[in-house]
Amino acid sequence: MNAVEPGLLAGRLALRWLIGGEWRFHPARFALTAVAIAVGVALGFAVHLVNGSALASFDGAMRGVNGAAELSVRASSPLGFDEALYPKVAQTSGVADASPVVSLTAQLGKARITLLGLDVMRAAVVTPALIGIRPRGLGGSNAETAFDEAALFLSHRAMADAGVQVGAQVTVVANGHAVPLRVAGTLAGADDATAIGVMDIAAVQWRFVRLGRIDRIDLALTDRAVAEAALRAALPPTAMLSTPAAQNAQGDALSRAYRVNLDMLALVALLTGGFLVYSAQSLSVVRRQRAFALLRTLGMPRGGVVAAVLAEGLAIGVIGAAAGLAAGYALAWAALRWFGGDLGAGYFRDGGAAHVVFQPVAALGFFALGVLAAGLGSALPGRVAASAAPAAALKNAGDMLDPRQPVAWWPMVVLMVAGVGTAVLPPVAGLPLFGFAGMALMLAGGVVGVPWFARVLLTPLARLPRGPVPALLAVRHLHGAPGAAATALCGIVASTALMIAMATMVTSFRGAVADWLGDVLGADLYARTTAGASFDPATRARLARTPGIASMDFSRQLPLTISADRPPLSLIARPLRDGRDPLPAVMARGPVLPAGDVAVWVSEPAQRIYGWKPGDRIVLPIAAGTRFTVAGVWRDYGRQAGAVVIDDRVYQHLTGDDGRDQVAAMLKPGTDATGTGRALIAALPPALRAQTELTQPAILRQFALTLFDRSFAVTYLLEAIAILVGLAGVAATVSAQTIAREREFGMLRHLGVTRGQLLAMLGIEGAIVGLTGALAGIGLGLMLAQVLIQVINPQSFHWTMTTRIPLGTLLGVALALIGAAAATALVAGRRATAKSAIQSVREDW
Amino acid sequence: MIDGIPILHVQALGKSVPGPRRLFQGLDLAVAAGELVAVVGESGVGKSTLLNLLAGLDLADEGRIAIDGTDLAALDETARTRLRRERIGFVFQAFHILPYLTLRQNVALPLALVSNDAAAAEARAEAMLDAVGLGGRGMGYARDLSGGELQRVAIARALVHRPALILADEPTGNLDQGTASKVLALFADAVRSHGAAGVMVTHSDACAAIADRVLRLGGDGLRGDGLVVHERG
Repeated sequence: MNAVEPGLLAGRLALRWLIGGEWRFHPARFALTAVAIAVGVALGFAVHLVNGSALASFDGAMRGVNGAAELSVRASSPLGFDEALYPKVAQTSGVADASPVVSLTAQLGKARITLLGLDVMRAAVVTPALIGIRPRGLGGSNAETAFDEAALFLSHRAMADAGVQVGAQVTVVANGHAVPLRVAGTLAGADDATAIGVMDIAAVQWRFVRLGRIDRIDLALTDRAVAEAALRAALPPTAMLSTPAAQNAQGDALSRAYRVNLDMLALVALLTGGFLVYSAQSLSVVRRQRAFALLRTLGMPRGGVVAAVLAEGLAIGVIGAAAGLAAGYALAWAALRWFGGDLGAGYFRDGGAAHVVFQPVAALGFFALGVLAAGLGSALPGRVAASAAPAAALKNAGDMLDPRQPVAWWPMVVLMVAGVGTAVLPPVAGLPLFGFAGMALMLAGGVVGVPWFARVLLTPLARLPRGPVPALLAVRHLHGAPGAAATALCGIVASTALMIAMATMVTSFRGAVADWLGDVLGADLYARTTAGASFDPATRARLARTPGIASMDFSRQLPLTISADRPPLSLIARPLRDGRDPLPAVMARGPVLPAGDVAVWVSEPAQRIYGWKPGDRIVLPIAAGTRFTVAGVWRDYGRQAGAVVIDDRVYQHLTGDDGRDQVAAMLKPGTDATGTGRALIAALPPALRAQTELTQPAILRQFALTLFDRSFAVTYLLEAIAILVGLAGVAATVSAQTIAREREFGMLRHLGVTRGQLLAMLGIEGAIVGLTGALAGIGLGLMLAQVLIQVINPQSFHWTMTTRIPLGTLLGVALALIGAAAATALVAGRRATAKSAIQSVREDW
Repeated sequence: MIDGIPILHVQALGKSVPGPRRLFQGLDLAVAAGELVAVVGESGVGKSTLLNLLAGLDLADEGRIAIDGTDLAALDETARTRLRRERIGFVFQAFHILPYLTLRQNVALPLALVSNDAAAAEARAEAMLDAVGLGGRGMGYARDLSGGELQRVAIARALVHRPALILADEPTGNLDQGTASKVLALFADAVRSHGAAGVMVTHSDACAAIADRVLRLGGDGLRGDGLVVHERG
């Protein structure tokens, strides 16, 4: 870029007059473009704030449960590990002190809490934030109460969720056992987002039947490096080292792809706003062509014209972005208040109530993006304005189009090819960043190609020798000036394409999930236990004898941590029927297993996350020395972190765990499902009835699909807003272009074309513009959908699916676009043709 | 003239346009300070093209154009732009008064391109409006004026920065005969009294009569010595 000419600096007074005059005379144009930028910034900032605030709350909750120990030894699964490991860990070099912990998911009334069993003497040194405080005046001392087997200390959030006070008698259900306790005090050091209860560890092990097992050892260290090295060598497969950072990464990882995808989607509105600025500035440049030519003739350098248009754009960006930040903060506050940090996706269920946390760096970033969008939207029109030859522009204002001029197609091809090439590159840190970049390039290519597409679409019509005058004029005008249509359409093509891409992906995904549910929900009744309860062998035998039951499959599902910084996958122990194909939706099979190997079936997400292939030997932290071999891969849309299926008899042999927490029942023909369900509940031990949920496949299916729809509700909302911004751009641009052709209409009326014919011409033009935009947007959207389906979804969420096209949505979008463009052209046309023919052809501004 | 050198000195100018068509060849022209020259000819002979060449908006195929001794061909686009800004004034057929600036700002526009002093620029503009008979109307807008008045504003703008050369392209093309006469007289008087060199293109011999010299671009436009020079006594 050349250094600024002296003339440019010296001419800034002229620039100020030019820009100020334009704003005074056309305030609505600037207001509309600033609003478009504001909407884009508001949505992006709001989504980012909501995600950030929810994540902070989630992290806070996790920190609260973990007690902020420097380092911990954690069980790989809820089965825990042998407490005999504790003294070995405590005596390891580099370890100053060690606090054993039993950790159970528990139910306290309607509240779900984490119940921790602590050795209060050790915890007071290692994790003092987890020590309960007994209020004065209740009798007894803190120390006495801490060892009381019935004493429970609750965090403030747990007390609020359960609606209990200190001194209350409560029943806590965990590990399948309901135990009466007394709320003895509070956990003053616990985070406000944390719902935890603390008891004496021996009391928890005894009363909740976890004798000999612990789940965690929190460590205080003298030498971290020495301790880590020694512990890594000594820990069994059922335990692993973990840090607070790893715990955060685990929680972060589960929702990261969702948050990044949502951030990207939220930026769609900003992208559309940028295109709207481009359309508005392009029109403004055409309208001011002679003014710019005059200034160039009087001696303003080219750069002055670029500077004028760019300065306008930057001013729009600054005003719009500032307004957008304020609106975004308000949106985020409202969203958190009414919808929670979830936004429907369910990733932050275990976090506390989220509050908006202002992020200055993010605010600066979105502000810059808003200004950049407006600046970029003005840069090209500015260059176009500066490149016009002043002498010619002074003489010939308005259309100087040459219909013989070919429209370049190669920029579109270059961008599309670059986009496809970029999109297929591998993920970066588990995120499909190249996928998003590829989509942006393809989007740019599609928008750049609209003039070529319009020309190709209209050429056959333009060659027709005869037809109604309005239709002939409409086709000829658009065929000769496809750039005008492109200016109107660039924003809406971009937002339509992205909307169609998302709609196609969601339709494909939903269809795949619905089909998958049909495959996996093959039983007549389903039941599962809660709060750690399970069906013991005797209970299972009794259930199987319930009248009407043809067969029952009992399974155990528990989280299994493979890597400390990754979310745990689900280990599913179920009957595999002697090696016959046990699973519906099998995607790939491995070779015959070597003798002595244990067959496991991994889900598609597990395969993608851990890189497991059929035939691979893998390590599972449930049994040392056991050779687990991947027998096959199955499709699973239910568990994003992955799942591994193992034969339940093998599982029991390896772990000794004979409890089962899920059952799928097949009924005899003609048996009433509801009645049999009631009979099943009645057959359970009384203590287990309250901890068992029963449902039928249709209800499960509906619940799953409702969850699915909720998780995409925000996506639909963001897309709808982007479409509205795009439609506003079409309306404004078509309207402005129509009004600018007043003299042309005056000339036509001199020739004898009636006002009605003119309006018909404009209506047809508008419809053609809308149709061009619809076809371009839909075509581009279907291509972008493939990037979403084949690249972004698998890289983000580790799922694949086949493409299903939402024909109804496509048709609706096309009709909406055609209608909007035609309607605005007609409305503007009525105004543009309102003057008399004589007035319209006056040579003036 | 400054030290005997004309303000505008054209030597052996030649230009072709796409077609291809030769507009003129071997064209010579010299205009002194305070002198108004009219260039007449039918539509399409190249009058406006000649004006564009003189303004540095286009480059000749052959020959030399010098303004105040500066050869335009030796300048790049940036320098030619600066020359236009500082040394040339323009009057157009279509007036080109910007509708969203006040009349005062319109007149002061050439000054605003070279200085940030708005007060001084507008004061000078107001003086120029006074000189063309529109004193006190500086805060008005273009829509308030008739065609003749708009062209007077344009004349004021062309002179506000004391240019050495004034170029006028059909300055009365959009005016009725009576108004045209008055505007022309004003224009010619302003050129002479400000000591600028003036070149006016027109298709009207009647309008050209007010000039000190009339040059005719011939129908074939090929030879500079095909010009018919008519000098006012």
